[in-house]
Amino acid sequence: MSTVTGVSAADQTPGPDGRRPLQADTASTGRMGDRLFGGAATVSGVLVIVLVTLIAIFLIVQAVPALMDNSANFFTSRVWAPGGEQPAFGILEFLWTTVTASTIAMVLSVPVGVAVALFLTQYAPSWMRRPAAGLVDLLAAVPSIVYGLWGLIAFAPVFKPVQSFIQDKLGWFPLFAPTGISGGTICFIGVVLAIMVLPIVTALSREVFDQTPTAHKEGALALGATQWEMIRTAVLPFGRPGVISASMLALGRALGETIAVTFLVSALADGNPWSWSLFNGGETFASKIANNASEFSNPNKTGAYIAAGLVLFVLTFVVNSIARVVIERRKAFTE
Amino acid sequence: MSTATDRRAPDDKVVPGETSTPPGGRSGRDALSEMSNPHRARAVKDVVAKVVMWAAFVLAVVPLVWILGTVVAKGFHMLTTATWWTGNQRNINSDDFGGGARHAIEGTLQMVGFTALIAVPIGILTAVYLVEYGRGHLARTISFTVDILSGVPSIVAALFIYAVWVTAFGFSRSGFAAALALVLLMIPVIVRSTEEMLKLVPNELREAAYALGVPKWATVVKIVLRTAFSGIVTGVLLGIARVMGETAPLLILAPYTKNFQRDLFNGNFPTLPMMINQDRGDFALATAAERMWGAALTLILLVLLLNVIGRVIAHFGAVKK
Repeated sequence: MSTVTGVSAADQTPGPDGRRPLQADTASTGRMGDRLFGGAATVSGVLVIVLVTLIAIFLIVQAVPALMDNSANFFTSRVWAPGGEQPAFGILEFLWTTVTASTIAMVLSVPVGVAVALFLTQYAPSWMRRPAAGLVDLLAAVPSIVYGLWGLIAFAPVFKPVQSFIQDKLGWFPLFAPTGISGGTICFIGVVLAIMVLPIVTALSREVFDQTPTAHKEGALALGATQWEMIRTAVLPFGRPGVISASMLALGRALGETIAVTFLVSALADGNPWSWSLFNGGETFASKIANNASEFSNPNKTGAYIAAGLVLFVLTFVVNSIARVVIERRKAFTE
Repeated sequence: MSTATDRRAPDDKVVPGETSTPPGGRSGRDALSEMSNPHRARAVKDVVAKVVMWAAFVLAVVPLVWILGTVVAKGFHMLTTATWWTGNQRNINSDDFGGGARHAIEGTLQMVGFTALIAVPIGILTAVYLVEYGRGHLARTISFTVDILSGVPSIVAALFIYAVWVTAFGFSRSGFAAALALVLLMIPVIVRSTEEMLKLVPNELREAAYALGVPKWATVVKIVLRTAFSGIVTGVLLGIARVMGETAPLLILAPYTKNFQRDLFNGNFPTLPMMINQDRGDFALATAAERMWGAALTLILLVLLLNVIGRVIAHFGAVKK
């Protein structure tokens, strides 16, 4: 398992020596101590299931009344006015910002993350591997609020000229159209998110690349492959499911990232025109909720934010489930 | 320069990880002129791949150095003032210099300590279930939900606790409510790391215990958990480090106070992430920015300290395979 992600793509697969992973047995004797201890362990396990179920139930139950009162279409409206007599709120803008920023983060971090993982497992001199891996893991240990602070004060001024350069040269293309917003654009948030999730992609990919059977690698080399050809024909195919699930987990993290995004976003004024530009501002689900935490006054208002949180929960649930399914299928394949 | 050995490079490389053979010494013009030769093209691709991998690694290290460098350079001064470690932020506005962070440091430690108190037993017992007892559908379902829980965004965990604790039960926001949200985020980390450590315990130890007539629970408690103890401690420390910097649950559930506050159950609660967040709107002011960097450096030092202790324990107490 990787301490960075808390999830393992590898722990269910046979080890390099081909031994099957450890299986639990049922050698209980029915003694009092056994029943108590086994019972306590089972209860804890079931408690985890209950907690996850409760999260879904509570969010749904508290979101529904607010959604019933909603006078706008929840999925297609860009208005967010959950208070008052006629509450009207829709998530279109948050959905667009969240998904777009996370997509940018993925496009940047997956290739670099995989390359770093290949570097750490295949290219780095052996004395360098452990410290270098530790260095990348260190990036994961930095709290996300520090990324937010760094992005806000140190990185934003550096990124601004890059943004205006792209706007100048490629502004004719709708995705890069100038919007007049200079800081906290979707693009900028995507780049910061990419830096934040890079260690996740790297850590998990490294783990699976490390498990490539030596026979596959030596086979490729013995047939005259160069090191790169060996990686392309032996390491990458073996690691592909791991890389996919790593990317999915990183995507889940990017979608739900809160405080760093909250530090960086520039909220849009009400009634602003729709723009496809990546250089537009706009809140993500998480930042919208976090920014308005002090406004949870009446139940309907809170319900609207909980409904937004529910959508985020469903998004990350789907993404994480895909990651899990990919890992499971790999397991079935390798066993 | 080009040598006979280099020209045979593609065929030469049969030793994985060997670094002396890549044709790095060949000049670019040489390589280009022979692009028509398929073997040359392959060798060039090989070199390009190698360069790309090195570049990617350097690219990944740049933000790390940049972030840590900035935090240390800008936050260091704050940490050298005496009041930082003894005082609080009472009566200090964003345009006032300095003040203390002791209230927030103590608050953060108290909160994560309390979180660990709840999350660690649940996490370890769940891992014991998964490794030592679990079979079939229930174990698979638990394993799946642990993965789902580890993917739940911290803001959603916070909303859930808000929905239960504040909306449904009618309690007010407090440090305790935030700790509950952190428990949700910490459990999967503990489960996964403990699980991994328990799997490293050789089955022969369990079998030897059974052969001596030791009951299963005693085998797990006295043999398996004891053997894996240092690894479990490492996992716990990393789990604590992980939730220490979480801000979203605090933002929603535990409003910040500038004063000393030891009561987790009533009133506002000071924490380091919230202390950083407090000055967010005034980051253009030098005094506020300096305080934010100081608090960020303090937070990073705490997190790194836990990481280092965890890794040292893991290094010296690792299960011998």
